[in-house]
Amino acid sequence: MLKAFYYLLLRDMRLALRSRHELANPLIFFVLVVTLFPLAVMPTPERLQEMAPGVIWVAALLSVLLSLDRLFKQDYEDGSLDQLMLSPNPLVVLVLAKVGAHWLLTGLPLVIIAPLLGVFMQLSSESLSVLIWSLLLGTPVLSLIGAIGVSLTVAVNRGGVLLSLIVLPLYIPVLIFGANAIDVANDGMSVRGQLYFLGAVLALALSLAPLATAVALRITASR
Amino acid sequence: MNGSEFSWSEFFAMGGYAFFVWTSYGLTFAVIALNIIMPVMHRKKVINRVKRAIRREQLQQ
Amino acid sequence: MWAWIQKFSSPKYFYDMSAKLIPWFAIPALVIGVYGLYLGFFVAPTDYQQGESYRIIFIHVPAAWMSLFIYMVMAISAGIGLIWQIRLADVIAASSAPIGASFTFVALVTGSLWGKPMWGTYWVWDARLTSELILLFLYFGYMALQASIEDQRMADKASGLLAIVGVVNIPIIHYSVEWWNTLHQGATVTKLDKPSIHIDMLIPLLLMALAFKLFYATMVLVRARNEALYRDRNRRWVRELVEKL
Repeated sequence: MLKAFYYLLLRDMRLALRSRHELANPLIFFVLVVTLFPLAVMPTPERLQEMAPGVIWVAALLSVLLSLDRLFKQDYEDGSLDQLMLSPNPLVVLVLAKVGAHWLLTGLPLVIIAPLLGVFMQLSSESLSVLIWSLLLGTPVLSLIGAIGVSLTVAVNRGGVLLSLIVLPLYIPVLIFGANAIDVANDGMSVRGQLYFLGAVLALALSLAPLATAVALRITASR
Repeated sequence: MNGSEFSWSEFFAMGGYAFFVWTSYGLTFAVIALNIIMPVMHRKKVINRVKRAIRREQLQQ
Repeated sequence: MWAWIQKFSSPKYFYDMSAKLIPWFAIPALVIGVYGLYLGFFVAPTDYQQGESYRIIFIHVPAAWMSLFIYMVMAISAGIGLIWQIRLADVIAASSAPIGASFTFVALVTGSLWGKPMWGTYWVWDARLTSELILLFLYFGYMALQASIEDQRMADKASGLLAIVGVVNIPIIHYSVEWWNTLHQGATVTKLDKPSIHIDMLIPLLLMALAFKLFYATMVLVRARNEALYRDRNRRWVRELVEKL
Protein backbone atom coordinates (compact mmCIF):
# COMPACT_ATOMS: atom_id res chain seq x y z
CA MET A 1 0.00 0.00 0.00
CA LEU A 2 2.82 2.37 0.94
CA LYS A 3 4.63 1.19 -2.14
CA ALA A 4 1.67 2.10 -4.31
CA PHE A 5 1.59 5.51 -2.67
CA TYR A 6 5.25 6.22 -3.43
CA TYR A 7 5.04 4.75 -6.90
CA LEU A 8 2.08 6.91 -7.87
CA LEU A 9 3.63 10.00 -6.28
CA LEU A 10 6.84 9.52 -8.21
CA ARG A 11 5.00 8.73 -11.42
CA ASP A 12 2.99 11.95 -11.22
CA MET A 13 6.09 13.98 -10.41
CA ARG A 14 8.03 12.45 -13.27
CA LEU A 15 5.18 12.99 -15.73
CA ALA A 16 4.82 16.60 -14.68
CA LEU A 17 8.54 17.31 -14.79
CA ARG A 18 8.55 16.14 -18.38
CA SER A 19 6.47 19.18 -19.36
CA ARG A 20 8.22 21.85 -17.35
CA HIS A 21 6.59 24.85 -18.96
CA GLU A 22 3.20 23.66 -17.79
CA LEU A 23 4.61 23.42 -14.31
CA ALA A 24 5.95 26.96 -14.42
CA ASN A 25 2.73 28.53 -15.66
CA PRO A 26 0.83 28.74 -12.34
CA LEU A 27 3.96 30.11 -10.72
CA ILE A 28 4.40 32.82 -13.36
CA PHE A 29 0.69 33.59 -13.07
CA PHE A 30 1.08 34.00 -9.31
CA VAL A 31 3.94 36.49 -9.68
CA LEU A 32 2.23 38.30 -12.53
CA VAL A 33 -1.05 38.86 -10.68
CA VAL A 34 0.73 40.19 -7.62
CA THR A 35 2.82 42.49 -9.83
CA LEU A 36 -0.33 44.00 -11.33
CA PHE A 37 -1.53 45.45 -8.05
CA PRO A 38 1.27 47.93 -7.36
CA LEU A 39 0.83 49.12 -10.94
CA ALA A 40 -2.89 49.65 -10.38
CA VAL A 41 -2.51 51.81 -7.28
CA MET A 42 -0.05 54.40 -6.01
CA PRO A 43 2.66 52.06 -4.71
CA THR A 44 3.51 53.75 -1.43
CA PRO A 45 5.11 51.27 1.00
CA GLU A 46 2.32 51.65 3.60
CA ARG A 47 -0.41 50.99 1.10
CA LEU A 48 1.38 47.99 -0.39
CA GLN A 49 1.98 46.53 3.05
CA GLU A 50 -1.68 46.92 3.86
CA MET A 51 -2.76 45.23 0.63
CA ALA A 52 -0.10 42.52 0.62
CA PRO A 53 -1.87 39.78 2.66
CA GLY A 54 -5.06 39.89 0.62
CA VAL A 55 -3.36 40.27 -2.74
CA ILE A 56 -0.84 37.49 -2.22
CA TRP A 57 -3.42 35.08 -0.83
CA VAL A 58 -6.01 35.72 -3.53
CA ALA A 59 -3.30 35.29 -6.17
CA ALA A 60 -2.23 32.00 -4.54
CA LEU A 61 -5.85 30.79 -4.51
CA LEU A 62 -6.28 31.57 -8.20
CA SER A 63 -3.04 29.99 -9.33
CA VAL A 64 -3.80 26.79 -7.42
CA LEU A 65 -7.25 26.83 -9.02
CA LEU A 66 -5.69 27.12 -12.48
CA SER A 67 -3.41 24.16 -11.85
CA LEU A 68 -6.14 21.86 -10.49
CA ASP A 69 -7.13 20.47 -13.88
CA ARG A 70 -3.83 18.63 -14.04
CA LEU A 71 -4.82 16.58 -11.00
CA PHE A 72 -7.20 14.12 -12.72
CA LYS A 73 -8.16 15.45 -16.13
CA GLN A 74 -5.34 13.93 -18.15
CA ASP A 75 -5.57 10.61 -16.34
CA TYR A 76 -9.30 10.60 -17.00
CA GLU A 77 -8.86 11.26 -20.69
CA ASP A 78 -6.16 8.67 -21.35
CA GLY A 79 -7.86 6.02 -19.23
CA SER A 80 -5.20 5.63 -16.57
CA LEU A 81 -7.71 6.79 -13.98
CA ASP A 82 -9.82 3.72 -14.74
CA GLN A 83 -6.73 1.61 -14.18
CA LEU A 84 -6.14 3.28 -10.83
CA MET A 85 -9.68 2.61 -9.70
CA LEU A 86 -9.38 -1.03 -10.67
CA SER A 87 -6.17 -1.47 -8.66
CA PRO A 88 -6.44 -3.49 -5.43
CA ASN A 89 -5.01 -0.58 -3.39
CA PRO A 90 -7.52 1.59 -1.55
CA LEU A 91 -8.49 4.54 -3.71
CA VAL A 92 -8.09 6.94 -0.77
CA VAL A 93 -4.37 6.22 -0.60
CA LEU A 94 -3.97 6.70 -4.33
CA VAL A 95 -5.89 9.96 -4.18
CA LEU A 96 -3.64 11.11 -1.36
CA ALA A 97 -0.57 10.31 -3.48
CA LYS A 98 -1.92 12.30 -6.42
CA VAL A 99 -2.81 15.25 -4.22
CA GLY A 100 0.62 15.06 -2.59
CA ALA A 101 2.29 15.19 -5.97
CA HIS A 102 0.08 18.10 -6.96
CA TRP A 103 1.06 20.04 -3.86
CA LEU A 104 4.77 19.33 -4.28
CA LEU A 105 4.54 20.61 -7.85
CA THR A 106 2.36 23.70 -7.35
CA GLY A 107 1.86 24.52 -3.67
CA LEU A 108 5.46 24.17 -2.61
CA PRO A 109 6.84 26.32 -5.47
CA LEU A 110 4.34 29.03 -4.46
CA VAL A 111 5.67 28.91 -0.92
CA ILE A 112 9.24 29.11 -2.18
CA ILE A 113 8.65 32.09 -4.44
CA ALA A 114 6.43 33.94 -1.94
CA PRO A 115 9.33 35.76 -0.19
CA LEU A 116 10.10 37.51 -3.47
CA LEU A 117 6.54 38.78 -3.62
CA GLY A 118 6.75 39.79 0.02
CA VAL A 119 9.72 41.96 -0.90
CA PHE A 120 7.75 43.43 -3.81
CA MET A 121 4.99 44.31 -1.36
CA GLN A 122 7.36 45.80 1.22
CA LEU A 123 6.67 43.25 3.93
CA SER A 124 8.91 43.23 7.00
CA SER A 125 11.00 40.14 7.71
CA GLU A 126 8.65 38.95 10.48
CA SER A 127 5.65 39.25 8.19
CA LEU A 128 7.63 37.39 5.55
CA SER A 129 8.13 34.38 7.76
CA VAL A 130 4.45 34.42 8.71
CA LEU A 131 3.58 34.59 5.02
CA ILE A 132 5.65 31.47 4.40
CA TRP A 133 4.14 29.61 7.34
CA SER A 134 0.58 30.50 6.40
CA LEU A 135 1.16 29.38 2.79
CA LEU A 136 2.89 26.22 3.98
CA LEU A 137 -0.16 25.28 6.08
CA GLY A 138 -2.77 26.67 3.69
CA THR A 139 -1.74 25.51 0.21
CA PRO A 140 -2.07 21.76 1.00
CA VAL A 141 -5.67 22.48 2.00
CA LEU A 142 -6.20 24.18 -1.35
CA SER A 143 -4.92 21.08 -3.16
CA LEU A 144 -7.02 18.75 -1.00
CA ILE A 145 -10.30 20.65 -1.39
CA GLY A 146 -9.51 21.30 -5.03
CA ALA A 147 -9.22 17.55 -5.59
CA ILE A 148 -12.88 17.14 -4.57
CA GLY A 149 -13.89 19.83 -7.06
CA VAL A 150 -11.90 18.37 -9.96
CA SER A 151 -13.10 14.85 -9.32
CA LEU A 152 -16.72 16.08 -9.37
CA THR A 153 -16.25 17.93 -12.66
CA VAL A 154 -13.86 15.55 -14.39
CA ALA A 155 -16.52 14.34 -16.84
CA VAL A 156 -17.73 17.85 -17.67
CA ASN A 157 -16.38 19.42 -20.83
CA ARG A 158 -15.09 22.95 -20.35
CA GLY A 159 -15.59 22.69 -16.61
CA GLY A 160 -13.20 25.54 -15.77
CA VAL A 161 -15.71 28.14 -14.59
CA LEU A 162 -17.82 25.44 -12.96
CA LEU A 163 -14.78 24.25 -11.02
CA SER A 164 -14.09 27.73 -9.67
CA LEU A 165 -17.75 28.16 -8.74
CA ILE A 166 -17.60 24.94 -6.73
CA VAL A 167 -14.18 25.30 -5.16
CA LEU A 168 -13.72 29.00 -4.37
CA PRO A 169 -16.47 29.26 -1.71
CA LEU A 170 -14.88 26.30 0.08
CA TYR A 171 -11.52 28.12 0.06
CA ILE A 172 -12.87 31.07 2.04
CA PRO A 173 -11.84 29.95 5.57
CA VAL A 174 -8.25 29.38 4.42
CA LEU A 175 -8.23 32.77 2.72
CA ILE A 176 -9.57 34.55 5.81
CA PHE A 177 -7.13 33.03 8.26
CA GLY A 178 -4.13 32.97 5.92
CA ALA A 179 -4.44 36.61 4.95
CA ASN A 180 -5.31 37.67 8.47
CA ALA A 181 -2.19 36.03 9.90
CA ILE A 182 0.00 38.27 7.74
CA ASP A 183 -2.16 41.26 8.52
CA VAL A 184 -1.75 40.70 12.23
CA ALA A 185 1.98 40.10 11.81
CA ASN A 186 2.21 43.49 10.09
CA ASP A 187 0.92 45.03 13.30
CA GLY A 188 3.52 43.10 15.25
CA MET A 189 1.08 40.90 17.16
CA SER A 190 1.05 37.17 17.83
CA VAL A 191 -0.25 35.03 14.97
CA ARG A 192 -0.36 31.76 16.86
CA GLY A 193 -4.16 31.52 16.82
CA GLN A 194 -4.40 31.98 13.06
CA LEU A 195 -1.69 29.41 12.37
CA TYR A 196 -3.31 26.93 14.77
CA PHE A 197 -6.58 27.34 12.94
CA LEU A 198 -4.89 26.74 9.58
CA GLY A 199 -3.25 23.65 11.05
CA ALA A 200 -6.59 22.37 12.32
CA VAL A 201 -8.19 22.93 8.92
CA LEU A 202 -5.28 21.12 7.30
CA ALA A 203 -5.74 18.13 9.63
CA LEU A 204 -9.47 18.06 8.91
CA ALA A 205 -8.97 18.36 5.15
CA LEU A 206 -6.26 15.72 5.20
CA SER A 207 -8.59 13.22 6.87
CA LEU A 208 -11.85 13.98 5.03
CA ALA A 209 -11.03 15.37 1.58
CA PRO A 210 -9.35 12.21 0.17
CA LEU A 211 -12.42 10.22 1.22
CA ALA A 212 -14.77 12.63 -0.51
CA THR A 213 -12.52 12.67 -3.57
CA ALA A 214 -12.49 8.87 -3.75
CA VAL A 215 -16.29 8.75 -3.55
CA ALA A 216 -16.56 11.48 -6.17
CA LEU A 217 -14.27 9.61 -8.54
CA ARG A 218 -16.33 6.44 -8.18
CA ILE A 219 -19.37 8.49 -9.16
CA THR A 220 -18.06 10.53 -12.05
CA ALA A 221 -15.18 8.57 -13.55
CA SER A 222 -16.94 5.24 -13.93
CA ARG A 223 -17.73 4.69 -17.56
CA MET B 1 -49.57 53.96 15.22
CA ASN B 2 -48.96 54.51 18.90
CA GLY B 3 -52.50 54.25 20.13
CA SER B 4 -53.56 57.32 18.16
CA GLU B 5 -56.18 57.00 15.48
CA PHE B 6 -55.23 54.68 12.64
CA SER B 7 -54.64 56.20 9.24
CA TRP B 8 -53.70 54.42 6.06
CA SER B 9 -51.42 57.18 4.81
CA GLU B 10 -49.48 56.98 8.04
CA PHE B 11 -49.39 53.21 7.68
CA PHE B 12 -47.95 53.39 4.18
CA ALA B 13 -45.40 56.01 5.23
CA MET B 14 -43.88 53.49 7.70
CA GLY B 15 -42.49 56.26 9.81
CA GLY B 16 -40.33 57.50 6.96
CA TYR B 17 -39.00 54.05 6.11
CA ALA B 18 -41.62 53.36 3.42
CA PHE B 19 -39.06 52.79 0.68
CA PHE B 20 -37.09 50.16 2.59
CA VAL B 21 -40.05 48.32 4.07
CA TRP B 22 -42.18 48.21 0.92
CA THR B 23 -39.29 47.36 -1.38
CA SER B 24 -38.41 44.45 0.90
CA TYR B 25 -41.95 43.13 0.98
CA GLY B 26 -42.54 43.79 -2.71
CA LEU B 27 -39.41 41.95 -3.68
CA THR B 28 -40.20 39.03 -1.39
CA PHE B 29 -43.65 38.67 -2.92
CA ALA B 30 -42.17 38.86 -6.40
CA VAL B 31 -39.75 36.05 -5.55
CA ILE B 32 -42.55 33.97 -4.02
CA ALA B 33 -44.77 34.56 -7.06
CA LEU B 34 -41.93 33.56 -9.36
CA ASN B 35 -41.40 30.42 -7.30
CA ILE B 36 -45.04 29.51 -7.88
CA ILE B 37 -45.24 30.45 -11.55
CA MET B 38 -42.06 28.74 -12.69
CA PRO B 39 -42.94 25.17 -11.63
CA VAL B 40 -46.44 25.58 -13.10
CA MET B 41 -44.95 26.61 -16.45
CA HIS B 42 -42.41 23.81 -16.21
CA ARG B 43 -45.16 21.29 -15.66
CA LYS B 44 -46.94 22.42 -18.81
CA LYS B 45 -43.71 22.14 -20.74
CA VAL B 46 -43.05 18.60 -19.52
CA ILE B 47 -46.60 17.48 -20.32
CA ASN B 48 -46.44 19.02 -23.80
CA ARG B 49 -43.17 17.29 -24.42
CA VAL B 50 -44.58 13.90 -23.47
CA LYS B 51 -47.69 14.54 -25.60
CA ARG B 52 -45.54 15.39 -28.60
CA ALA B 53 -43.49 12.23 -28.07
CA ILE B 54 -46.66 10.13 -27.97
CA ARG B 55 -47.99 11.73 -31.17
CA ARG B 56 -44.67 11.18 -32.93
CA GLU B 57 -44.72 7.51 -32.00
CA GLN B 58 -48.29 7.11 -33.18
CA LEU B 59 -47.38 8.66 -36.53
CA GLN B 60 -44.49 6.32 -36.94
CA GLN B 61 -46.62 3.24 -36.46
CA MET C 1 -40.83 0.09 7.21
CA TRP C 2 -38.47 -0.64 4.32
CA ALA C 3 -41.30 -1.87 2.14
CA TRP C 4 -43.22 1.28 2.93
CA ILE C 5 -40.25 3.43 1.91
CA GLN C 6 -39.87 1.46 -1.30
CA LYS C 7 -43.54 1.91 -2.04
CA PHE C 8 -43.70 5.59 -1.20
CA SER C 9 -40.56 6.35 -3.12
CA SER C 10 -41.83 4.80 -6.32
CA PRO C 11 -42.39 7.78 -8.62
CA LYS C 12 -45.96 6.95 -9.51
CA TYR C 13 -47.04 6.46 -5.90
CA PHE C 14 -45.27 9.67 -4.93
CA TYR C 15 -46.95 11.53 -7.75
CA ASP C 16 -50.44 10.45 -6.62
CA MET C 17 -49.79 10.88 -2.90
CA SER C 18 -48.21 14.32 -3.19
CA ALA C 19 -51.26 15.62 -5.05
CA LYS C 20 -53.28 14.88 -1.92
CA LEU C 21 -50.63 16.33 0.40
CA ILE C 22 -50.08 19.66 -1.34
CA PRO C 23 -53.31 21.40 -0.18
CA TRP C 24 -52.50 20.41 3.41
CA PHE C 25 -49.37 22.51 3.16
CA ALA C 26 -50.45 25.24 0.75
CA ILE C 27 -53.61 26.38 2.56
CA PRO C 28 -52.06 26.63 6.04
CA ALA C 29 -49.07 28.43 4.48
CA LEU C 30 -51.39 31.06 3.04
CA VAL C 31 -53.54 31.44 6.18
CA ILE C 32 -50.63 31.57 8.61
CA GLY C 33 -48.71 33.90 6.33
CA VAL C 34 -51.56 36.37 6.06
CA TYR C 35 -52.23 36.23 9.81
CA GLY C 36 -48.51 36.66 10.54
CA LEU C 37 -48.35 39.70 8.28
CA TYR C 38 -51.45 41.14 9.96
CA LEU C 39 -49.90 40.74 13.40
CA GLY C 40 -46.57 42.03 12.12
CA PHE C 41 -47.98 45.20 10.63
CA PHE C 42 -50.96 46.04 12.83
CA VAL C 43 -50.34 44.51 16.25
CA ALA C 44 -46.57 44.53 16.76
CA PRO C 45 -45.52 47.86 18.31
CA THR C 46 -43.08 50.29 16.77
CA ASP C 47 -39.50 49.59 17.80
CA TYR C 48 -38.20 52.38 20.00
CA GLN C 49 -34.74 52.26 18.37
CA GLN C 50 -35.37 51.40 14.75
CA GLY C 51 -38.83 52.86 14.24
CA GLU C 52 -40.95 51.12 11.62
CA SER C 53 -37.98 49.88 9.58
CA TYR C 54 -37.61 46.86 11.85
CA ARG C 55 -40.77 45.37 10.29
CA ILE C 56 -38.46 43.99 7.60
CA ILE C 57 -37.32 41.33 10.09
CA PHE C 58 -40.65 39.51 9.67
CA ILE C 59 -39.40 38.39 6.28
CA HIS C 60 -35.66 38.82 6.60
CA VAL C 61 -35.12 36.55 9.61
CA PRO C 62 -37.42 33.70 8.45
CA ALA C 63 -35.83 33.86 4.99
CA ALA C 64 -32.36 33.62 6.53
CA TRP C 65 -33.49 30.66 8.66
CA MET C 66 -34.99 28.98 5.61
CA SER C 67 -31.86 29.46 3.53
CA LEU C 68 -29.87 27.36 5.98
CA PHE C 69 -32.70 24.92 6.74
CA ILE C 70 -33.24 24.11 3.07
CA TYR C 71 -29.52 23.54 2.57
CA MET C 72 -29.63 21.03 5.43
CA VAL C 73 -32.68 19.28 3.97
CA MET C 74 -30.94 19.21 0.61
CA ALA C 75 -27.76 17.70 2.00
CA ILE C 76 -29.61 15.13 4.13
CA SER C 77 -31.81 13.96 1.28
CA ALA C 78 -28.80 13.91 -1.03
CA GLY C 79 -27.07 11.73 1.55
CA ILE C 80 -30.07 9.39 1.69
CA GLY C 81 -30.05 9.25 -2.09
CA LEU C 82 -26.34 8.46 -2.15
CA ILE C 83 -26.34 5.79 0.54
CA TRP C 84 -29.63 3.99 0.04
CA GLN C 85 -30.06 4.70 -3.66
CA ILE C 86 -33.52 6.14 -3.17
CA ARG C 87 -34.24 8.14 -6.28
CA LEU C 88 -37.01 10.15 -4.67
CA ALA C 89 -34.46 11.58 -2.20
CA ASP C 90 -32.36 12.82 -5.11
CA VAL C 91 -35.43 14.40 -6.63
CA ILE C 92 -36.21 16.20 -3.36
CA ALA C 93 -32.63 17.46 -3.12
CA ALA C 94 -32.60 18.74 -6.68
CA SER C 95 -36.01 20.38 -6.25
CA SER C 96 -34.94 22.10 -3.02
CA ALA C 97 -31.97 23.96 -4.46
CA PRO C 98 -33.76 26.69 -6.45
CA ILE C 99 -36.17 27.37 -3.57
CA GLY C 100 -33.30 27.59 -1.11
CA ALA C 101 -31.39 29.89 -3.42
CA SER C 102 -34.38 32.21 -3.73
CA PHE C 103 -34.81 32.40 0.06
CA THR C 104 -31.10 33.17 0.35
CA PHE C 105 -31.51 35.91 -2.23
CA VAL C 106 -34.49 37.33 -0.31
CA ALA C 107 -32.52 37.25 2.95
CA LEU C 108 -29.64 39.10 1.29
CA VAL C 109 -31.70 41.85 -0.33
CA THR C 110 -33.97 42.44 2.66
CA GLY C 111 -30.94 42.41 4.95
CA SER C 112 -29.32 45.08 2.85
CA LEU C 113 -32.55 47.14 2.75
CA TRP C 114 -32.86 46.80 6.51
CA GLY C 115 -29.22 47.76 6.91
CA LYS C 116 -29.45 50.99 4.94
CA PRO C 117 -31.37 52.94 7.62
CA MET C 118 -29.34 51.26 10.37
CA TRP C 119 -25.84 51.49 8.96
CA GLY C 120 -26.33 54.32 6.47
CA THR C 121 -25.21 52.09 3.61
CA TYR C 122 -26.75 49.21 1.67
CA TRP C 123 -23.89 46.85 2.18
CA VAL C 124 -21.79 46.22 5.23
CA TRP C 125 -19.49 43.21 5.46
CA ASP C 126 -21.29 42.03 8.53
CA ALA C 127 -21.10 38.37 9.50
CA ARG C 128 -24.70 37.49 8.73
CA LEU C 129 -24.82 39.10 5.29
CA THR C 130 -21.42 37.73 4.32
CA SER C 131 -22.33 34.17 5.36
CA GLU C 132 -25.58 34.51 3.47
CA LEU C 133 -23.70 35.60 0.34
CA ILE C 134 -21.36 32.61 0.58
CA LEU C 135 -24.36 30.33 1.07
CA LEU C 136 -25.82 31.72 -2.15
CA PHE C 137 -22.60 30.77 -3.94
CA LEU C 138 -22.83 27.26 -2.48
CA TYR C 139 -26.35 26.95 -3.89
CA PHE C 140 -25.17 28.23 -7.28
CA GLY C 141 -22.34 25.70 -7.30
CA TYR C 142 -24.76 22.87 -6.55
CA MET C 143 -27.20 23.97 -9.24
CA ALA C 144 -24.45 24.52 -11.82
CA LEU C 145 -23.00 21.06 -11.22
CA GLN C 146 -26.45 19.46 -11.34
CA ALA C 147 -27.16 21.20 -14.66
CA SER C 148 -23.86 20.51 -16.37
CA ILE C 149 -23.70 16.73 -16.06
CA GLU C 150 -25.71 15.05 -18.78
CA ASP C 151 -26.29 11.69 -17.13
CA GLN C 152 -29.09 12.16 -14.58
CA ARG C 153 -27.90 9.55 -12.08
CA MET C 154 -24.38 10.89 -12.15
CA ALA C 155 -25.58 14.47 -11.84
CA ASP C 156 -27.64 13.55 -8.76
CA LYS C 157 -24.83 11.72 -7.06
CA ALA C 158 -22.11 14.25 -7.87
CA SER C 159 -24.13 17.28 -6.80
CA GLY C 160 -25.35 15.36 -3.76
CA LEU C 161 -21.79 14.76 -2.68
CA LEU C 162 -21.08 18.46 -3.20
CA ALA C 163 -24.03 19.34 -0.95
CA ILE C 164 -22.61 17.11 1.78
CA VAL C 165 -19.14 18.64 1.42
CA GLY C 166 -20.86 22.03 1.67
CA VAL C 167 -22.61 21.06 4.89
CA VAL C 168 -19.32 20.02 6.47
CA ASN C 169 -17.88 23.36 5.41
CA ILE C 170 -20.75 25.61 6.48
CA PRO C 171 -19.84 25.63 10.21
CA ILE C 172 -16.20 26.31 9.37
CA ILE C 173 -17.12 29.09 6.96
CA HIS C 174 -19.58 30.51 9.45
CA TYR C 175 -17.08 30.44 12.26
CA SER C 176 -14.31 32.04 10.22
CA VAL C 177 -16.59 34.76 8.88
CA GLU C 178 -17.87 35.50 12.37
CA TRP C 179 -14.35 35.65 13.73
CA TRP C 180 -13.16 37.80 10.83
CA ASN C 181 -16.11 40.09 11.37
CA THR C 182 -15.47 40.72 15.06
CA LEU C 183 -11.97 41.80 14.09
CA HIS C 184 -13.12 44.32 11.54
CA GLN C 185 -16.44 45.66 12.74
CA GLY C 186 -17.15 44.96 16.36
CA ALA C 187 -19.86 47.31 17.57
CA THR C 188 -22.07 47.79 14.50
CA VAL C 189 -23.65 44.36 14.66
CA THR C 190 -24.67 44.38 18.30
CA LYS C 191 -27.01 47.26 17.52
CA LEU C 192 -29.24 44.84 15.65
CA ASP C 193 -28.89 41.77 17.83
CA LYS C 194 -31.08 42.80 20.69
CA PRO C 195 -31.03 40.21 23.44
CA SER C 196 -34.73 40.41 24.22
CA ILE C 197 -37.52 40.80 21.73
CA HIS C 198 -41.04 41.96 22.53
CA ILE C 199 -43.54 39.10 22.59
CA ASP C 200 -45.82 40.93 20.12
CA MET C 201 -42.89 41.01 17.72
CA LEU C 202 -41.80 37.44 18.37
CA ILE C 203 -45.17 35.84 17.58
CA PRO C 204 -45.50 37.25 14.04
CA LEU C 205 -41.85 36.42 13.46
CA LEU C 206 -42.41 32.76 14.38
CA LEU C 207 -45.65 32.63 12.41
CA MET C 208 -43.91 33.95 9.33
CA ALA C 209 -41.16 31.38 9.79
CA LEU C 210 -43.80 28.64 9.94
CA ALA C 211 -45.54 30.04 6.84
CA PHE C 212 -42.24 30.04 4.95
CA LYS C 213 -41.59 26.43 5.97
CA LEU C 214 -45.02 25.36 4.78
CA PHE C 215 -44.51 27.28 1.55
CA TYR C 216 -41.25 25.44 1.03
CA ALA C 217 -42.95 22.09 1.71
CA THR C 218 -45.61 22.94 -0.86
CA MET C 219 -43.23 24.08 -3.53
CA VAL C 220 -40.74 21.26 -3.06
CA LEU C 221 -43.58 18.80 -3.64
CA VAL C 222 -44.77 20.68 -6.72
CA ARG C 223 -41.26 20.77 -8.15
CA ALA C 224 -40.57 17.14 -7.25
CA ARG C 225 -43.77 16.09 -9.08
CA ASN C 226 -42.55 17.86 -12.21
CA GLU C 227 -39.16 16.26 -11.84
CA ALA C 228 -40.75 12.80 -11.39
CA LEU C 229 -42.79 13.29 -14.56
CA TYR C 230 -39.80 14.50 -16.49
CA ARG C 231 -37.46 11.74 -15.40
CA ASP C 232 -40.00 9.03 -16.16
CA ARG C 233 -41.14 10.66 -19.40
CA ASN C 234 -40.59 7.44 -21.34
CA ARG C 235 -42.34 5.19 -18.83
CA ARG C 236 -45.81 3.86 -19.14
CA TRP C 237 -47.38 5.51 -16.11
CA VAL C 238 -46.42 8.97 -17.34
CA ARG C 239 -47.70 8.20 -20.82
CA GLU C 240 -51.04 6.99 -19.50
CA LEU C 241 -51.33 9.95 -17.17
CA VAL C 242 -50.59 12.51 -19.88
CA GLU C 243 -53.07 10.94 -22.28
CA LYS C 244 -55.80 11.42 -19.73
CA LEU C 245 -55.07 15.16 -19.38
